[in-house]
Amino acid sequence: MLGLEGLRVGAGDFALTADWPVPAGARVAVIGPSGAGKSTLLLAIAGFLPAAAGRVTWQGRDLGPLAPGDRPLSILFQDQNLFPHLTLAQNVGLGLSPALRLTAGDHARVAQVLARVGLAGREDARPGQLSGGEQGRAALARVLLRARPTLLLDEPFAALGPGLKAEMLALVEEIADETGALVLMVTHDPADARRFAPLTVLVERGVAHPPVETAALFADPPPALRDYLGL
Amino acid sequence: MARGAVAVRGLPGAVAGLVLAALMLGTLGVVLAHAGGMRLTGPDWAAVRFTLVQAALSAAISVVLAVPVARALARRRFAGRRLLIAALGAPFLMPVIVAVLGLLAIFGRGGVLNAGLAAVGLPPVQVYGLHGVVLAHVFLNLPLAVRMVLQGWQAIPAERFRTAAALGFGPAEVARHLERPMLREVLPGAALAVFLICLASFAAALILGGGPRATTVEVAIYQAVRFEFDLSRAAALAAVQFALCAGAVLLAARVAVPAGFGGGLDRAVQRWDAGRWGLRLLDGAVIALAAAFLFAPLLAVILRGLPGLAALPAPVWAAAGRSVVMALVSAALVLAGALALGQLAVRGGVAGRLAELAGMLPLAASSLVLGAGLFIAVLPFAAPETVALPVTVLVNAAMALPFALRLILPALREVEATQMRLAESLGIGGWARLRLVTLPRLRRPLGFAGGVAAALAMGDLGVIALFAGEGNATLPMQVWRLMGAFRTEAAEAAAVLLLAASFGLFWVMDRGGGRDDAGA
Repeated sequence: MLGLEGLRVGAGDFALTADWPVPAGARVAVIGPSGAGKSTLLLAIAGFLPAAAGRVTWQGRDLGPLAPGDRPLSILFQDQNLFPHLTLAQNVGLGLSPALRLTAGDHARVAQVLARVGLAGREDARPGQLSGGEQGRAALARVLLRARPTLLLDEPFAALGPGLKAEMLALVEEIADETGALVLMVTHDPADARRFAPLTVLVERGVAHPPVETAALFADPPPALRDYLGL
Repeated sequence: MARGAVAVRGLPGAVAGLVLAALMLGTLGVVLAHAGGMRLTGPDWAAVRFTLVQAALSAAISVVLAVPVARALARRRFAGRRLLIAALGAPFLMPVIVAVLGLLAIFGRGGVLNAGLAAVGLPPVQVYGLHGVVLAHVFLNLPLAVRMVLQGWQAIPAERFRTAAALGFGPAEVARHLERPMLREVLPGAALAVFLICLASFAAALILGGGPRATTVEVAIYQAVRFEFDLSRAAALAAVQFALCAGAVLLAARVAVPAGFGGGLDRAVQRWDAGRWGLRLLDGAVIALAAAFLFAPLLAVILRGLPGLAALPAPVWAAAGRSVVMALVSAALVLAGALALGQLAVRGGVAGRLAELAGMLPLAASSLVLGAGLFIAVLPFAAPETVALPVTVLVNAAMALPFALRLILPALREVEATQMRLAESLGIGGWARLRLVTLPRLRRPLGFAGGVAAALAMGDLGVIALFAGEGNATLPMQVWRLMGAFRTEAAEAAAVLLLAASFGLFWVMDRGGGRDDAGA
């Protein structure tokens, strides 16, 4: 279980608060107007922003002292999810060894996950030679290798067209099924939330509200969501 | 966050910053402690006056001449333009002693110019004194000034010139509305940059300055140490020189100094206002004259020196080998220091600002001030000539560090902004981060900075002149000694060797970093 216990991030002009748990293996959409704090929430959970108050826990253990790379989670950002100067195999291999000391067995596993996401034989390609969709697949291949119990998605597929985005979400779904990971996914699109996430967190004006059932939320949107959706 | 990673990224920078600060402030402290009430005599003040006058003249002439050359390069396209602009970067790396030999070959007693004058029955000119020093400084700094002013021209958006054409502007209107406002911004910084370089000029003033009336403070420090062994006078002069340089640096910090190196200068902007034949002829003549002024001396040294290359005495080759090793060690120190300081600097905060400040400290010091301080500091413990080579390497590395730091900081900031979050999210820290993330993105600026550092160290004739004994001369020292012994042919041959080594080192290191490894 991921716990946000009296969490407050930021200070002065902008602060975000969150105070709720999410069960392991859940799939949660994070929705809300721009600037409301969706990315802030994910960056705080991932350890890039310090908590001004409260704490983030995993299975009851405080994640505060852990560096981002040591936390039981993977995160995909809006962009820059691959190192442009490393090959695909190296980029994915970083999921096994951050110092890139890979055994023969590791290389085999890298090839295997690349094949798994439809990039078989592209080990030596550089990110610049890939389409946006293929870059997303490569990043997801690394998520597979890291096999962390939580996956945070900060709109990594926002730049893709609707068809490709649906394809990526399907892949995320498969990966989440395989690894049993809890997924927190920021999105602008209610359709993504409905398709992918049984639970939705509404973020508005510095408050991340507790997750509620997605279907119920959209059936009877609160005023803030109503404004955001333009209803 | 990742504490281990922070330690690895911060500690080398702190060490480098402290070493640098100790070197700079320590030598300054030694100098001030020995300055002995600062009793400067008449000749000392004459040296101060001469230093300021020659630097001001050199800066003014370089910048004034740079304007028509940069304007011609900015509005003309011709075969070889790209090559010419690239070649303008070369004098920055050229050993000063080679430049001086080249100028002597053209303007000296037995030079091309006097041969021409004699042929038409005119009296010979002579090159020693204020005008010789200024001539050398203009030769060495005009290209830098041209590149800085050209940068200003290139910074005017191409659309501005299109608008000017649409409004029917002629050359006069373009000058009034576009070019003069740009020049008002660029010229003070360019002049100040040249002034600062000439303020600390040693080798050119040493050789072309004539007697007590044409001596810079740097040369006066050298004479006080080597000829009079009057260390308190040397210290007093060094203190004055430090004050001059620090003052100019502080002034430069308030005026934006344009960048004189870096790429992108060969872009040609389409112009509609300069098509007239008169202007074309003017620009053509300006470019031809500038190219002749810059390349004739170099060509003269090469042509006169090449035949003697095979007959060079063994000590010259030994000195060449010594110099190459010293240049490589110096470049390695510069890169390690700049990388360490840069990693600390991009993290911001108090430590970051201190690291950046430490990296800029050497700008205010000059080779001979550092040298005099180290000479006095070393004297109680060892004979100066026994430490000549390590001291020279250290001083050269320190002097080149600000350039290297400025060259790699933009790339480091870019890596920090675009890659560090990803690296942290994957737990890539410490040496793995340096090896996998930072260095691969920094190869190009590191290669260039290493090349600049190596070439500058290879050609340096500064602090080594204070320390060198009989047996451990560097190649520039050997060239100078051959000149002093009136063995001009051998000096020119050694100069060719020095020139080849300087540019060879730069080329190899720049190439080493330049391979395209990113594909993005």
